[in-house]
Amino acid sequence: MKKYQALFTIRFSSGLQYRAAALGGIATQFAWGFMELLAFLAFYKANPGAYPMEFSQTVSYIWLQQAFLALFMTWFYEQDIFETITSGAVAYELVRPIDLYNRWFCHSAANRLARAVLRCFPILLVAFIVPEPLRMSLPPDLGQFGLFMISVPLSLGVVVAFTMLVYISVFFTLSPIGVRIVAALLADFLAGGIVPLPFFPDVVRGVVEILPFAAMQNMPLRIYSGHISGAAAVRGLFLQAFWFVILVVLGRLWMKLALRRAVVQGG
Amino acid sequence: MIELKGISKSFRVAKREAGLKEAVKALFARQHETVHALQDVSFTIGDGEMVGYIGPNGAGKSTTIKIMCGILHPDSGGCVINGRVPWRDRVAHVRDIGVVFGQRSQLWWDVPVADSFALLKDIYKVSDADYRRSLSELTELLDLKELLKTPARSLSLGQRMRCELAASLIHDPKILFLDEPTIGLDAVSKIAVRQFIKKLNQERGTTVILTTHDMQDIEALTERIILIGKGRILLDGSLQELKRRSASQKRITFEYNGPEPSLPAGTKVIERGPHRLVIELEKEWLSVSEAIAQISAQVDVVDISVTGMSAEEMVAQLYREYAL
Repeated sequence: MKKYQALFTIRFSSGLQYRAAALGGIATQFAWGFMELLAFLAFYKANPGAYPMEFSQTVSYIWLQQAFLALFMTWFYEQDIFETITSGAVAYELVRPIDLYNRWFCHSAANRLARAVLRCFPILLVAFIVPEPLRMSLPPDLGQFGLFMISVPLSLGVVVAFTMLVYISVFFTLSPIGVRIVAALLADFLAGGIVPLPFFPDVVRGVVEILPFAAMQNMPLRIYSGHISGAAAVRGLFLQAFWFVILVVLGRLWMKLALRRAVVQGG
Repeated sequence: MIELKGISKSFRVAKREAGLKEAVKALFARQHETVHALQDVSFTIGDGEMVGYIGPNGAGKSTTIKIMCGILHPDSGGCVINGRVPWRDRVAHVRDIGVVFGQRSQLWWDVPVADSFALLKDIYKVSDADYRRSLSELTELLDLKELLKTPARSLSLGQRMRCELAASLIHDPKILFLDEPTIGLDAVSKIAVRQFIKKLNQERGTTVILTTHDMQDIEALTERIILIGKGRILLDGSLQELKRRSASQKRITFEYNGPEPSLPAGTKVIERGPHRLVIELEKEWLSVSEAIAQISAQVDVVDISVTGMSAEEMVAQLYREYAL
């Protein structure tokens, strides 16, 4: 375990170095969050009863999404992992007594966490002091907050396990661009990154809500505001755990196959 | 103990002719070609041996190394290293080996070298006491003291290679694979690296397998060489054996004043310039002293040097002989 801890630490601390990037990110996420909220506000004003989530729930959803973007974004990838594969430097990874899947998983999770830690506090702070109705509210009760706290790491796990599949695909395609763009856009949309899933038409929603993408940001963000609560929330956590296990198992099997027929690029 | 038996490995490579028309054709029907990187490669290397693994570019050296490191799976054949099959038991196997790929870096680019070492310590689960001992030993042997606090990106190539060597030895491996460890180094760094490898082999008894294009590495370090070409082992023996095989010709360089001399019988001109002449002797024909006597009878010789064939040339000759 200690080696993963060490890997985590070195990645986490190097992720903390990038202060200017974090400031830029915070500014973007404020702007984006406000814009989205103002658009929703306009819709809600037109017909408050016509939407599947209360406005305050939507507000919390969007602020949390912006604050923890780094944990949940499906379109963020580790450039060095792609480079390791395409340049053949993966050879050095493979002469270490360490499982490559775990190593990259750890690397990726550490970086997301470092980014989230740098960005979340200023955004949350502002979200709690802006005037109503754009102000973020506290979760309905402590139990719900507890469920939220379990759901967040599970989401991170599902997101990272999903991105691992994109990394592994590069062993076969040698260019990350195609798979990455398609996967990123599709996953972001289906995860509720653009519009929360409850806003999807009913027919589509039935299917979308059981996909692995629904086990990403959709769960914690809706659990926080109480939009999913009680037994439904617990079911949600199980869905997340289920997809986490499935994606990890798939990723490991695929990785094994990739390494069996791996061609280490460049001499 | 390293034992390879009948290892073969081939790659499928997509191929097409140059040009737009061919590129469009390749969209629909891909042409593949099978490249036999290794064919029936067998050898045995004992503990504590130091072996030079040589061959031209693309001969299969790196592929063999990667198979021995457990990175690649061969198509057929067997390989047992210290009782383990590398690719089947990769994690346990790599604990016992150290690897330096001269063309890549294993140091984390942005952090001081010491941090990279500390991370490797954790990855290999080296105890604190062993780590301290190993690090101080390596620091002294490779003169790393000043480098440890520097980020890898600001090291010169020679400094980096010393750090790479140290990085691959922190866990005190039994076997060290060096894939072109002196590539791109200046003369001073090359000598430092060679001395270190020699010392390591003598003091720790580490088995060293070295691939290189620099024959001076081979001459300075290894007793035994394995020559590979087009995926097959062509020669497995000592450097002396190689020397015996290549008819060792003598070369004489003259610097002289006066008109061009005529050549003695049994010699071949290698180079002829104003006041300079390089000839090669066919041994059986003429002795060195006779050749010198004949030339100096004709012109005023200012300087003479006599050289044998370098290992470099011997290998080049072998490559030609095997049409590599």
